Amino acid sequence: MPRHTLSVLVENKSGVLARVSALFSRRGFNIESLAVGPTENPDLSRMTIVAEAEAAPLEQITKQLNKLIEVIKIVELETVAVQRELLLVKVRAPLAERTQVLQTAELFRARVIDVNVDTVTLEATGTPEKLQALLAVLAPMGIKEMAQSGTVALGRGPRAMSGAGSGLRAVDRSA
Amino acid sequence: MSTTSSAGRTLATTAPATTPQTTSPTEAAAQATAGVEATERSVAAAAHRPATGITGAQSLVRSLEAVGVDVVFGLPGGAILPLYDPLFDSTVRHVLVRHEQGAGHAATGYAQATGRVGVCLATSGPGATNLVTPLADAYMDSVPVVAITGQVASGSIGTDAFQEADIRGITMPITKHSFLVTSADEIPQRIAEAFHLASTGRPGPVLVDVPKDVLQATTDFSWPPRIDLPGYKPNTRPHGKQVREAAALIARAQQPVLYVGGGVLKAHASAELAELAELTGAPVVTTLMARGAFPDSHPQHLGMPGMHGTVAAVTALQKADLLIALGARFDDRVTGDLASFAPDAAVVHADIDPAEIGKNRRADVPIVGDAKATIAELVTAVRAEQAAGTTVDLDPWWAQLEDWRQRYPLGYDWPEDGSLSPQYVIERLGRLVGPDAIYASGVGQHQMWAAQFIDYEKPGTWLNSGGLGTMGYAVPAAMGAKMGCPDTTVWAIDGDGCFQMTNQELATCAIEGIPVKIAVINNGNLGMVRQWQTLFYEGRYSNTRLQERGTGGPADGDRAGRPVRIPDFVALAEALGCVGLRCESRDDVDAVIEKAMAITDAPVVIDFIVGSDAQVWPMVAAGASNDAIMAARNLRPVFGEGQI
Repeated sequence: MPRHTLSVLVENKSGVLARVSALFSRRGFNIESLAVGPTENPDLSRMTIVAEAEAAPLEQITKQLNKLIEVIKIVELETVAVQRELLLVKVRAPLAERTQVLQTAELFRARVIDVNVDTVTLEATGTPEKLQALLAVLAPMGIKEMAQSGTVALGRGPRAMSGAGSGLRAVDRSA
Repeated sequence: MSTTSSAGRTLATTAPATTPQTTSPTEAAAQATAGVEATERSVAAAAHRPATGITGAQSLVRSLEAVGVDVVFGLPGGAILPLYDPLFDSTVRHVLVRHEQGAGHAATGYAQATGRVGVCLATSGPGATNLVTPLADAYMDSVPVVAITGQVASGSIGTDAFQEADIRGITMPITKHSFLVTSADEIPQRIAEAFHLASTGRPGPVLVDVPKDVLQATTDFSWPPRIDLPGYKPNTRPHGKQVREAAALIARAQQPVLYVGGGVLKAHASAELAELAELTGAPVVTTLMARGAFPDSHPQHLGMPGMHGTVAAVTALQKADLLIALGARFDDRVTGDLASFAPDAAVVHADIDPAEIGKNRRADVPIVGDAKATIAELVTAVRAEQAAGTTVDLDPWWAQLEDWRQRYPLGYDWPEDGSLSPQYVIERLGRLVGPDAIYASGVGQHQMWAAQFIDYEKPGTWLNSGGLGTMGYAVPAAMGAKMGCPDTTVWAIDGDGCFQMTNQELATCAIEGIPVKIAVINNGNLGMVRQWQTLFYEGRYSNTRLQERGTGGPADGDRAGRPVRIPDFVALAEALGCVGLRCESRDDVDAVIEKAMAITDAPVVIDFIVGSDAQVWPMVAAGASNDAIMAARNLRPVFGEGQI
């Protein structure tokens, strides 16, 4: 099944994450990766959701997401969009083998953020594919522990999902 | 033999005073309406006045008054207690139910009968969780309901406090939206938003959870508040290009069918629908949720489609070359096996909810919009097509439809054991009571017979639980409908299984002066399940019999082999403050219905003892193709060679 990345602007309110993730599970979708964080507008958060789905079910889940009252806007990002993940990985690196670990880190432009006698902790960012490749090379050296973020992504080019003033607009109507 | 009990007793009711004989019903209705309007205006005017230094609870009651609420259904408890104090002095009428599920269904019945938002109140924890079923019910059937629940004090949330339940979390998948109010200052805005969300776009239930300390806090009140829902923009105006494309298909279709769903009733679009139907000459089918949207007496009406629809309606959909779906959602109970549903039809799908379009069946022309606006624009566009000379001869299609309609009309056999036919009871009820009354039904065989054998002529006269299929819906929904339409006769048609789930609300009806009428179609069984056990489980009746038969032992007296009435619904009705009647034979049916119709100052229950083996036909078995419809047991319609 093809992979899709949805960028979802939501109101920055409690319970929104629960609504979105519950919707995916209720409609039978698996979320491959999910990242939530603040945006340039303090009233909005951005969720970046990666899911595997065929086109028709993806359209259905997008329509269902759009029905959530606190969802402002959804854009499916093209595959060329800038997509990045963050990886922290603690690798076994006794003095005798440390050079090999550091060379690998350099090849992948990973940074050393913690060192001690037995291990080195690396920080790397990149596409999911690049981080997979890094992990594959590090694996034989001995990965003690790792933490990886979900994908965050932005579309290329000058356009933004929420232009100035277009994001939050109060509907001034009494019920 | 009919028996009456408690004849001539006086009920202490608060029902509206009986209309004096000298006033004509129309005048009385006009007076009543004028009174209601005057009251609403003055209440609204008073409630709009700003106030300072009031409690959150007072602010909430003022908000309800300002938004135009005239009645709420509820039951108090610890967390919501602060709200009940100012409610005591409010012009909002509170109906004290016996179970919160009754409050929820009453709000739904009120909303379905009046088109206005129904309101229910419950306390935290078990009070709130008892609202879960009616909220799910209202969600499935898109009914505008606002539920207000008390919550434990903010500081206790998350501590497993006494009567704490995360009702907002619990109801997330079964509400259109839900709020947890965190400050008393928010109350007017949240109430306004809840009513706005519930009643606009695709209607649905909205829950507002209010912690006790928020109700007790001091706040200011002003109205109207700002509504701030940046992510909520329902699209009500249909796209002109889509409408023109649909009209082009409609004007050229040789075998079109107007497939009408509940959205047409929600949008109050019956007049527009009648115009479109007569303009195009196309046959109309109305789903279970749309009964009454188009008059059953209209010659273009083929009846209800679906699992227990008429042969003509089901087959018309199957053989159509164009389906014009209006406010309908291609539910599995309508389509049967989706892959073989209407295989040759192009689809125009108009719905206010974009997520319904293409969900089950691909739409060739999708139209997102309110049904009233959409149908009105379709009328204009089809007229333009016709003016431009596009005409189609639908006579061959109608010749075919008439043939199906005449060869396979709805019908039923009398039970072989000489017992009363449930279909006959429901048919006579519809005839004697007529199309001006409101009918609310439970779920099961009696629901299907009530949908089939009563003629609905007007919108808002048929209330039922279509999507969720909630047994126990009928009695409280009828109560809510009667509160909303006090001058209209309201009948509940219930099964003996359903009736035992929610009949305690008859005590509410008796005490609060809500004279509904209940026809219990009592076959002593969970009839629909029993029918499936007969058809699909070789007659192994596992746990569907609700009544014991006498053994002839000392306790049974002479009732050996005969049913022992547990409970005795006539005695139960009396215990609940209602008039109880019973009918067991064909000859008594009309008389007992007329007797019930004559009682207008108290709720009435008629226990119709009917045969237990009557079945609902026609039927498309679950998951089967609509082509495999059975007109009656072992009777497969013959469509013949060379038929369309």
